[in-house]
Amino acid sequence: MTGPTTLVLALLLPLVTSLWVALTGERRANLRDGGMVALGALLAPLLATLVPAVAAGGRPRLELVELAPGVPLVFELEPLGLVYALVAASLWPVTALYGVGYLRGHHEHHQTRFFVFFSASISAALGIAFAGNLATLFVFYEVLSLSTWPLVTHHQDEEARRAGRVYLGILMSTSIGLLLLAIVWTWSATGELAFRPGGILDGHVDDGLLPVLLGLYAFGAAKAGLMPVHRWLPNAMVAPTPVSALLHAVAVVKAGVFTILKVVIYVFGLDLLTRTGASIWLMWAAAFTILAASLVALTKDHLKERLAYSTIGQLAYIVLGAALATPDGLLGGGLHIVMHAAGKITLFFCAGAIMVATHRKKVSELVGLGRYMPWTFAAFFVGSLSVIGLPPAGGSWSKWFLGTGALQAHQPALVAVLMISSLLNIAYLMDVVGKAFFLPPPDTTVRAGYREASTLTLVPPLITAGLSLLLFLGGAQVVELLRPVVGGVP
Amino acid sequence: MIDAVVQHLPAWQVVLPLLGAPICILLRRPAWAWAWTVLVTWATAACAAVLLRTTLDGGPWIYEMGGWPSPIGIVYRVDPLAAFVLLIVSGVGAVVSLYARRSLTAELQTTRHDLYYAAYLLCLAGLLGMTITGDAFNVFVFLEISSLASYVLVGLGPDRRALTAAYRYLIAGALGGTFILIGIGLAYQMTGTLNMDDLAQRLPPVSHSRTVLVSFAFITVGASLKLALWPLHHWLPNAYTYAPSVTSAFISATSTKVMVYVLARFAFGIYGEPFAFEELGLGRPLLVLALSGIYVASAVAIFQTDVKRLLAYSSVAQIGYMILGISLATPAGVAAGVLHLFNHAVTKGGMFLAVGAMAYRTGSTRLEDLRGVGRVMPVSTLAFVLGGFGLIGVPLTAGFVTKWALLEALWAEGLWPVAIAVLLSSLLAVVYVGKVVETAWFHEPSEALRARAEAPVDLLLPAWILVGLSLIFGVWGAWTTGVAREAALRLLGGA
Repeated sequence: MTGPTTLVLALLLPLVTSLWVALTGERRANLRDGGMVALGALLAPLLATLVPAVAAGGRPRLELVELAPGVPLVFELEPLGLVYALVAASLWPVTALYGVGYLRGHHEHHQTRFFVFFSASISAALGIAFAGNLATLFVFYEVLSLSTWPLVTHHQDEEARRAGRVYLGILMSTSIGLLLLAIVWTWSATGELAFRPGGILDGHVDDGLLPVLLGLYAFGAAKAGLMPVHRWLPNAMVAPTPVSALLHAVAVVKAGVFTILKVVIYVFGLDLLTRTGASIWLMWAAAFTILAASLVALTKDHLKERLAYSTIGQLAYIVLGAALATPDGLLGGGLHIVMHAAGKITLFFCAGAIMVATHRKKVSELVGLGRYMPWTFAAFFVGSLSVIGLPPAGGSWSKWFLGTGALQAHQPALVAVLMISSLLNIAYLMDVVGKAFFLPPPDTTVRAGYREASTLTLVPPLITAGLSLLLFLGGAQVVELLRPVVGGVP
Repeated sequence: MIDAVVQHLPAWQVVLPLLGAPICILLRRPAWAWAWTVLVTWATAACAAVLLRTTLDGGPWIYEMGGWPSPIGIVYRVDPLAAFVLLIVSGVGAVVSLYARRSLTAELQTTRHDLYYAAYLLCLAGLLGMTITGDAFNVFVFLEISSLASYVLVGLGPDRRALTAAYRYLIAGALGGTFILIGIGLAYQMTGTLNMDDLAQRLPPVSHSRTVLVSFAFITVGASLKLALWPLHHWLPNAYTYAPSVTSAFISATSTKVMVYVLARFAFGIYGEPFAFEELGLGRPLLVLALSGIYVASAVAIFQTDVKRLLAYSSVAQIGYMILGISLATPAGVAAGVLHLFNHAVTKGGMFLAVGAMAYRTGSTRLEDLRGVGRVMPVSTLAFVLGGFGLIGVPLTAGFVTKWALLEALWAEGLWPVAIAVLLSSLLAVVYVGKVVETAWFHEPSEALRARAEAPVDLLLPAWILVGLSLIFGVWGAWTTGVAREAALRLLGGA
């Protein structure tokens, strides 16, 4: 099977799954859900077949149609996109499995509609990962915003309506008002929109305007949650937990940082940013977001909101990696897409499992629950380790590279920011683990006699927690895959 | 035989619907009159398709009516721009005609159906005639044919307010028509010809006379009134709101578009870009009015409580994008404006048809009566929402292709603040489309609504054809953009 064919198949697979879900429907729920997970499990192996070719320097490419003269819809897979696609593809079937358990445990309505949009948004995420130019990336970026809106507003009540307004309001206004503007600007200045190693902007845009253009991209891709355009993410937490786990910790938010990484590497180019210093302000904007989000997370008692602010902080790590514009910084950013995904999805899975089993949503209500749900909280502990960046979890690698990247950029102060942030991460995440394991349960908890949630909601967090540990061992492979991207040579 | 038909294609283009109209009345029965209308409109659309093909390959087609050469006879003049507009008008006319039968049954007593179809074909003939003719006075004649017919089409609305709406439309339309006539008369006085090509030759030498200035002013204002350029749009919202669903869809997709074409034809093709834009500086005022119209009308649309009225104000805003493109007077800008004629016609036409389908089932287009309609009529609602994406300019819809072309043209002129304003204006569309989506999605349908079913296929199909076209040409946007560019180049190049 050739590379381009695989790309098409990979894009179609989630859509086929969507169709399958729609056709089988609520009355054949077991068939629907079984088929969905089975189809979903095919995606990652399918993409994995592309790894050897891409690692060897191949760039599977497929040009479809011309959206406007000179602006084709084109897919071209490079290592960074492959890594992002693999992350989304591997975690999708696990989340689908979890989603089945979660929605059934909660007796949610309209499960078919939920899974239709859920699967479709994976296709949009893959479109972003495969995008071969800025226009294609923008197309799927918008599709992803729109296809996840029905998931955010799934409950169709007043709260969902409000959250939906904030969600689309921020994501659409930034993407149309800033991102599209930046793309039009780039197009007018350079006459092309392609992603080229080494960048396309050099010599086309006045040096003094480069920071402005970079800002349009960085805030235009509001899915990256850079403050002050981060408000949509905590709002999106009203969605059912599988959405928060896969989309608002992995696929959607990573689409934002992925966009920024791609733009820095393939539109600006590292040399241009290093020479002009156009991205120095962005380092500090990211550093501010890292610290501020962690501080806000400390104040949140609602577990999912705390995790959401944690995500905002962790995304800013990746933006920081991009802004450093040094090889190690970008490697760290790319790695963190993977590491944070595995860690944070585990935390969300656990939060959802706790909700299903005990209907508790606040950290203060989790006191002593560890002895009733040991596996869930053990998984939470491992996920926390990875997010904090401690061995033996995968997150340690990305933080390491980010640190050395900051030194390469001669910004030792940023290393301090990273360390302070890690301490803050410990404070707000270990707080949960500590309360659950080391404090005695109050009487109400003892009387209720809680047990672990159903198998379908318990197994996925264990899988992803295991994955976080495996990534500690496998980090080097990801680094090797990504290294050609930052080396400047394809 | 075939040759004879093809040879006289420009004539058939207008004669078919013009002579088809009285036959509707002879046929009398609603079903027969409808079938005849469908036949005629599709044949007309086929003519336009062939004309577009022919003119894209070769130069303009000058057709002498009755074999009389100008200046004695009247000529029809088909260039790519005219053919493109012909295809838009007749294509929408053909698709909407499929929809008419069932929709009218609910909104109009059956004894009047034949009259409605006759007026529909007359209106179509008038619009096509205005587009195809190469004679300035002929423009006025066809303008009046289409206008008179469209007052009837609006006045036959199910609500008595349709009558006052039609009356206002008539007053505004008569004013606009008269202005254009005065303008043409003054130009004739100075040049002694009504043939457009001759006018274009003879006007420049006398262009400094006050008469020519006044004639151009009358034509510009008259056309702006008819095309509902803000702030001359007051006739439009009521006319679109209270007309039958079929009329709203047909008129909104065609009549203002043809007037935009007429304005472009006179400004570029007759008076010429050097006179109209360089000397008189028409560009900036048009740009300011267009941009204000986009913002004001979009903002007003947000506060509407009736979906058709909301769409009507949105139309005023969308017309702003077309005029904005034309105001640049560059090939890229005019191409963007021309492109939006097509893109907006299919998008808005499809949306009006979708709303008509909802009205057919619920009997109302008020937002409060459509609460929860998304759960009862998902297929119609989805068509509306996808159309709405087009108004916003979401990628993969035709609206995005326009926006891209327009931004490119603005940027090339260094007007990046205007480009930013255009981008931000999309957000207003997000709000008013979102308002309808929220109404359809976040409410439990009322008891009365719950008893309704999805609209029948003969209503859904035409709506989906138009919305489908907006999606297809959102993906294959390079084709429509290419045609629009070619049309704009030839218009500006004077070829």
